Amino acid sequence: MPMDAITPADELHHEDDHKIGFIQRWFFSTNHKDIGTLYLIAAIIFGLVGTFLSGLIRMELAAPEIGPLTHFVLWGVEGATQAEKIEAAKHFYNTVITYHGLIMIFFMVMPALIGGFGNWFVPIMIGAPDMAFPRMNNISFWLLPAAFLLAVVSMLVPGGPSGNGFGGGWVLYPPLSSTTGHPGPSMDLLILSLHIAGISSILGAINFIVTILNMRAPGMTIHKMPLFVWAMLITAFLLVLSLPVLAGALTMLLTDRNFGTTFFDPAGGGDPIMFQHLFWFFGHPEVYIMILPAFGIVSHIVSTFSKKPVFGYLGMAYAMASIGFIGFIVWAHHMYTVGMNVDLKAYFVAATMIIAVPTGIKIFSWIATMWGGSIEFKVPMLWAIGFIFLFTVGGVTGVVLANAGVDHALHDTYYVVAHFHYVLSLGAVFALFAGWFYWYEKMFGIKYNGFLAGIQFWLMFIGANVVFFPQHFLGLQGMPRRYIDYADGFVLWNQVSSFGYLFILASLFFFFAVVIESVVRRRKADANPWGEYATTLEWTLPSPPPFHQFNELPKVK
Amino acid sequence: MRWIAVALLSLLSLPAMADGVPRDGALGFQPAASPLMEEITSFHNILLWIIIPVTIFVLALLIIVAVKYNAKANKVPSKFSHNTMIEIVWTLVPVIILLFIAYFSFPLLYRGDVFPDVDEAEVVNVKAQGNQWNWTYTYTDVIVDDYPVEFVSNPIHRGLPDEPEGTADAPRNLAVDLPMVVPVDTVVRVQTAASDVIHSFAVPAFGIKTDAVPGRLNELWFLANETGTYYGQCSELCGKDHAFMPIEIRVVTQAQYEAWLERVTGNSVEDARQYLAEITNESPVQLASVQ
Repeated sequence: MPMDAITPADELHHEDDHKIGFIQRWFFSTNHKDIGTLYLIAAIIFGLVGTFLSGLIRMELAAPEIGPLTHFVLWGVEGATQAEKIEAAKHFYNTVITYHGLIMIFFMVMPALIGGFGNWFVPIMIGAPDMAFPRMNNISFWLLPAAFLLAVVSMLVPGGPSGNGFGGGWVLYPPLSSTTGHPGPSMDLLILSLHIAGISSILGAINFIVTILNMRAPGMTIHKMPLFVWAMLITAFLLVLSLPVLAGALTMLLTDRNFGTTFFDPAGGGDPIMFQHLFWFFGHPEVYIMILPAFGIVSHIVSTFSKKPVFGYLGMAYAMASIGFIGFIVWAHHMYTVGMNVDLKAYFVAATMIIAVPTGIKIFSWIATMWGGSIEFKVPMLWAIGFIFLFTVGGVTGVVLANAGVDHALHDTYYVVAHFHYVLSLGAVFALFAGWFYWYEKMFGIKYNGFLAGIQFWLMFIGANVVFFPQHFLGLQGMPRRYIDYADGFVLWNQVSSFGYLFILASLFFFFAVVIESVVRRRKADANPWGEYATTLEWTLPSPPPFHQFNELPKVK
Repeated sequence: MRWIAVALLSLLSLPAMADGVPRDGALGFQPAASPLMEEITSFHNILLWIIIPVTIFVLALLIIVAVKYNAKANKVPSKFSHNTMIEIVWTLVPVIILLFIAYFSFPLLYRGDVFPDVDEAEVVNVKAQGNQWNWTYTYTDVIVDDYPVEFVSNPIHRGLPDEPEGTADAPRNLAVDLPMVVPVDTVVRVQTAASDVIHSFAVPAFGIKTDAVPGRLNELWFLANETGTYYGQCSELCGKDHAFMPIEIRVVTQAQYEAWLERVTGNSVEDARQYLAEITNESPVQLASVQ
């Protein structure tokens, strides 16, 4: 009922003139744009923490034998011997990889893509004045810093016999995450943190679904929605369907730890593998939750800078929908080595390989969008093309891993690490930067320096490839994941990989240089810097958009 | 330059040594030491012939687009946004490629997962129990005084100072004090279990990896077709010393295996260890196996 939406927006119109105080605007915010900005700021801060942790990983792995991390442990312990420090560093390394993964997924990529860009542009793109539930939007943001705080505290309190923090990997497999492996309060805090982050995401997802289904402007039918909105709608459904399963698994883990249940403890008739099934029933859709919004962003950018409409719009939309659906029926391909029945494995092999088809449709449709176009290689387009190529590399290694026969050799090796960083660290993150530079001027009303931003892209492109490509070789040669120290046969490619991290650091330096330069210079941005092929509704508004947009709903032809 | 030479060597899969040790700078799998791993390697080679051309194809399309359809070269963009024929093609061609992959993939999966049809009497059974942080090996067929022969295989290196340097015979982070010993050309059934948290029993040269889960008894099998020493490492995060619970498997001749068993069943671990050291020194076997 789009007509209903007019009335509240009209009433709010009068408040436009009031000056809103800082506290009221940024802490009690119910405005989707302000909340989107808050999400982006939070994601940048949390992302820096996650990047710092990955820096520790690459520093430790730059050379064989345990070294650098011994300087980060047992602070204030008088007379700790080198052996004690090494023992502490071993556990510390496990916590570092654990929190790196959790922070990057739950506190960087998801808040930025869904909370940040989703909040900012879903209402604008469908011609709505705001999200359907503005106050719920506020709480879904503010739960996130709370969850992050819990995660940080969890890193600092006793985890297990080996030290502070939880060091069992982001997958949280029991019994390592039950009292057998980590009896301390760290894991309980982490469970609480993920519960709250999960609630935050579920509330956000409900908000998106209701907004998209009910608040589209007149004439904006489902099949006219911009692809980013399609992506967010599918993502929101994935969140609503998968996160409760994680919440259930976490709650069972919590009662196993504290109230004597034995859901995952064979001593009481439970089964640790059941946790893995529940976790991956959430975990696999989760990876599509991270990549679908990226697909949406890339579609818009490719179309805008090729000066052509998106090729095969319906195919693109339904490819995303089918990826979302298939994402729910392939979870056990993360578990080929747990001792599953071979026929079951065969099913998961077949189902997993099918995903390559809609993914291929998307890749080729983007290229077909560019084909015959008049392409301008502005900064967002560089990130989008980088995304397409790197996502292809990550995609084909995914096809390799889908085959259980080969996965028996590659499971839990660095090949897997390389694969999922190609699709996430280079896929989702590249799309994140693409979106950032596509919408930066729209969101903040100031222009950035394209030259500096271009340098950032190239540094990141080189760095990410140098970091992650050699990891394929390590994995094929048999180097297992989550190792603080490696055999002498894994030295060279680890050195190369750590060397690449320097490029990424330099790239981040330029990222902040671009932001600071633009803030200092304050060049006023145009309403539409990209020209007539930036067709979505946000480009019809001034930059930055007014506090309340669409007091009169736009009519979509 | 040295690593380029090493890398090229490994590309041509000319093993520098026959043992299952990771080699620095290598680009591919470790040399196969079991028929299953040979099949995995050749299937992976087929996959490489698909995924590398696909990646190059996408890259080539991107380059063509960038050259032909940049704003300078093509001032007026065309308007098309549909082409049913091409959409059918890029849906069907991947399907055909995937069917082609599946044709090789499923037989390989079943070959590795289904226990081979051999005489049970000729199978060597070993139970591998993962503990934080070592492996307990139980030879369930070899009974002495009503109990099966069982020993703990501890790592030599745990990343600590004052440890012996890694050597060719005892490489750093891979060697153990007492390896699992199995005869060559014999089907070995390994049952994995765990006493505390989940571990994973993996040996790259045999192409095997199966989790050791508390409360479960998982099964895998391998057949080593070359004598030598093969190393693997725990492949499921299991706590502080996850990186320091290696797996070492000595594949010896049937006669040597029996001689070793005799010493182990005599409850003389030191004797058995010494015997293994002896046959390492006397055997030019590893070198001879470079084909």
